[in-house]
Amino acid sequence: MPTTSRVPSFKEADVIEKIVFGVLNPNEVRMLAKVTVVRGELYEADGTPVTGGLRDPHFGAIEPGERCPVCGNTREMCPGHFGKIELPKPVFIPHYTDYLYKLLQATCRVCGRITLPEEKIRRYREIYRRLRAKWPQLAKVFSERVIAEAAQATSCPHCGNPQYKIIYVKPFHFYERRGSEGDVRLSPEDVLERVSRTQSEIEILGFHPERARPEWMITRVLIVPPLSVRPSITLETGLRSEDDLTHALAEIVRQAEKLRNIMVTNAPQTMIEDNAYVLQELVAGYIDNELPGARRLTHRRKRLLKTLAQRLKGKEGRLRGNLSGKRVNFSARTVISPDPNISINEVGVPVEIAKTLVVPMKVTPYNIEEARRYVINGPDRWPGAVYVYKASEGRKYNLKYANREELAKSLQPGDVVERHLINGDIVLFNRQPSLHRMSIMGHIVRVMPGKTFRLNLLVCPPYNADFDGDEMNLHVPQLEEAMAEARELMLVEKHILTPRYGGPIIGGRQDYVSGGYILTVKTSFYTRDEVSQILAATGYDGELPEPAVLKPGPYWTGKQIASLFFPDDLIFKGKSKTNAGDLSCPDEFCFHDSYIVVRHGRLLEGVLDKKAIGAEEPGNILHMIALEYGSDAARRLLDSLYRAFIRILELRGLTMSIHDIDLPEKARRQVEDLIVKYKERVYELYRQYEEGRLEPIPGRTLEETLEIRIMDTLDELRKEVQSIAANYLDPYNDVFIMARTGARGSEVNISQMAAMLGQQSVRGKRITRGFRNRPLPHFKPNDIEPEAWGFIKGSFREGLSPAEVFFHAAAGREGLVDTAVKTSQSGYMQRRLINALQDLFVYYDGTVRDSWGNVVQFKYGEDGVDPMRTYHGKAVDVDRLIERARALRAKSGKTA
Amino acid sequence: MARTRRAKILEHEYVPEHRVLSMEEAVELLRRLGVKPWQLPKISVNDPVAKALRAKPGDIIEIVRRSPTGGRAVYYRFVTAYGKA
Repeated sequence: MPTTSRVPSFKEADVIEKIVFGVLNPNEVRMLAKVTVVRGELYEADGTPVTGGLRDPHFGAIEPGERCPVCGNTREMCPGHFGKIELPKPVFIPHYTDYLYKLLQATCRVCGRITLPEEKIRRYREIYRRLRAKWPQLAKVFSERVIAEAAQATSCPHCGNPQYKIIYVKPFHFYERRGSEGDVRLSPEDVLERVSRTQSEIEILGFHPERARPEWMITRVLIVPPLSVRPSITLETGLRSEDDLTHALAEIVRQAEKLRNIMVTNAPQTMIEDNAYVLQELVAGYIDNELPGARRLTHRRKRLLKTLAQRLKGKEGRLRGNLSGKRVNFSARTVISPDPNISINEVGVPVEIAKTLVVPMKVTPYNIEEARRYVINGPDRWPGAVYVYKASEGRKYNLKYANREELAKSLQPGDVVERHLINGDIVLFNRQPSLHRMSIMGHIVRVMPGKTFRLNLLVCPPYNADFDGDEMNLHVPQLEEAMAEARELMLVEKHILTPRYGGPIIGGRQDYVSGGYILTVKTSFYTRDEVSQILAATGYDGELPEPAVLKPGPYWTGKQIASLFFPDDLIFKGKSKTNAGDLSCPDEFCFHDSYIVVRHGRLLEGVLDKKAIGAEEPGNILHMIALEYGSDAARRLLDSLYRAFIRILELRGLTMSIHDIDLPEKARRQVEDLIVKYKERVYELYRQYEEGRLEPIPGRTLEETLEIRIMDTLDELRKEVQSIAANYLDPYNDVFIMARTGARGSEVNISQMAAMLGQQSVRGKRITRGFRNRPLPHFKPNDIEPEAWGFIKGSFREGLSPAEVFFHAAAGREGLVDTAVKTSQSGYMQRRLINALQDLFVYYDGTVRDSWGNVVQFKYGEDGVDPMRTYHGKAVDVDRLIERARALRAKSGKTA
Repeated sequence: MARTRRAKILEHEYVPEHRVLSMEEAVELLRRLGVKPWQLPKISVNDPVAKALRAKPGDIIEIVRRSPTGGRAVYYRFVTAYGKA
């Protein structure tokens, strides 16, 4: 092997101690290069690479079986080797020109010293060094100030020569403003010569004297990366297609050759300069093909070449695309669908996926029989195994091809079986966008038939998932440590409470809420048969309590059933969601059953609706159980009682028909009368306006005032209509139950269905846009009828007129646009916040610090409290403590 | 004239309580937190409050704020020579 010169700073090391960034030294390039590229062609006529071309074998072995002529390795071991291109004239390296400009401004054109008095240089150097040690950011600002000051000098304080103003025209032109002589261009050679004269004092200007010499920013030699960095691809047609970098480099080699020829034939100076500039542009394009002001390198006049800077930059670039966002193995993705019968911490995994994902299982004397069964089952029969690693032989067997019976027999402790995913394994389950930590939680595997991931409906809120085609990702931890961590920290029940505000984020929605209400209303009594049905769904296996009613037969109340699942000493007091309007009462003396009281784990009063069992309802029963009885108790409640809510709906049914929103004739007449009455008020406002009697609202014009008054009037109308609808509809029809309990819909929605849609608005105003002086040609210009401006007196039940449909669609569109705009904006804001805050850390002393140890907060959140362990923000809830102590005493008094 | 104006900003309702720590207190604070002075948040000597307190670069100012979460929140800032005058 030929001896190769080694550059000490580039030696291989086992351990990377530190990484030093600096400007590449051209001499280092010359030492490092294993080959000098002199020819622009890539292949000879016979298809072999040209020696001294860009595909020279000295760039490193890349074909299978090829031996590297430099290091003697095959492509698996050859690291690839650098080459170089010698340029006939020096060129600027793009992006460094800004620094050269600063340097030229601040140093003498003759002696190279900073154009400041000796004394000042000394002092500034001292200040700069001290700043650098403590506040690198400030050191940069300081450098800028020094440069600005030195650039003012008209003559050099050291050699006395006059100084001229330097003009820099992007990207590669420097001029010197020599007064009467005019502007004189400085060629790269001129600049190189000047900056070479500078001394180590330029560290004040921000140049590291050893690692970032200014003369290295202009180069006569270009480094050429190994072939592995710019691999060529062979198309199906057999044609070779080279990497963009190779194309860019080939152009440089050809231009360098052309320039060299011109220079030896003593061609006119302008021709040399022009060709040197072409070379300059090619080199710039090779490094960054998006430099403003420079020519773009293209593929046959069309596609832009993707050169070095383009490889790194942007979302798909090396940094954001490959380093921050890597793709992973041991993961799966498919559509999700609901399964209310699995636990909230489980995930249903399709057999097909379970057979693809593997977990390494170390064979021990305790599991060797199990391991053998997996090996015998092989890769296609679940639960089986895909690979076996035999420790004694130090090799891996693929069970697709091996003799599985024999391998199973020879299995020994210490071997590793890569088995299928089985029930009970821990996996990470994720839905994008991952906006908070509950977006990735640990689930226990449950292998099932089918092709979708199954999840319990109660975990939809934290993932913000629904089943209209959502897909989710699943990751399998491979190490014992990772699995233990996932089980202890990431399991679903550890995330019932959110760290954002300390309330429960997991909980019932929709049917769970209406089910909870229906189960526990005062009017519901259940026979032994029904109770058995309900309890069967929950998995309850204790004794039935005494029935609450004995005559005419044994009946149990829904409250009794719910109480079976509460911890024995649970206490709870609070208003339910139905505690509103006519059904409101401030305390437990409540005739509407809308104030919840739980004592000694028994639901004595009140219905379980959204406020008691719902998701994202701080201070509900689930919250108290999670805080005071632990996450496991909370999970058990979600896995048992909540199923009863669903079962009761299955038994009773919950549905709606058009008759649920039928208003009696009397009510409809009332609504019509109201509409007439309020429209009259609107006309009156117009009259006042025309007669100049309308009093303007401060800060508004008369027209604005009129508009606002009209809208207020119509809004009042809507409110009155709403209360009529609410009064006349049966509060126990299913739609109304859903609205009152918070399961779905509101009184507004119901009144819109039953009675009247009301005013439609776009941007908070009545709908005015469309035609001149009217939104639609169905109306007179400047109509005073509210109907002409988006007021809809029809209801969904009665149906909408064409104009009404249009107004409704216009208002509906606004909502869609808002969500589209908001998600992109808040997404970007979130990204910036995460990037800024990601490495802040709460230390054991309660301070918040960044990764450098700088203090950000002297006490986390200024109170040192973990919101996840609070009663909705308060570290201690004194009232609740007293209540609990009382309950405890009452109980012990009874037993004693 | 200038002096009276300076003294007043500290009394303003919206300006939390500021105080320059004594040398002993400062050393004790740094020891307690285990940090170098420049790892604390900074305040410019040219900040109106720093001027009013006649703080010098290198001093540490204690700020006691009313906090919605913590009631009383104590912050410290290290006085630096930099920043707009």
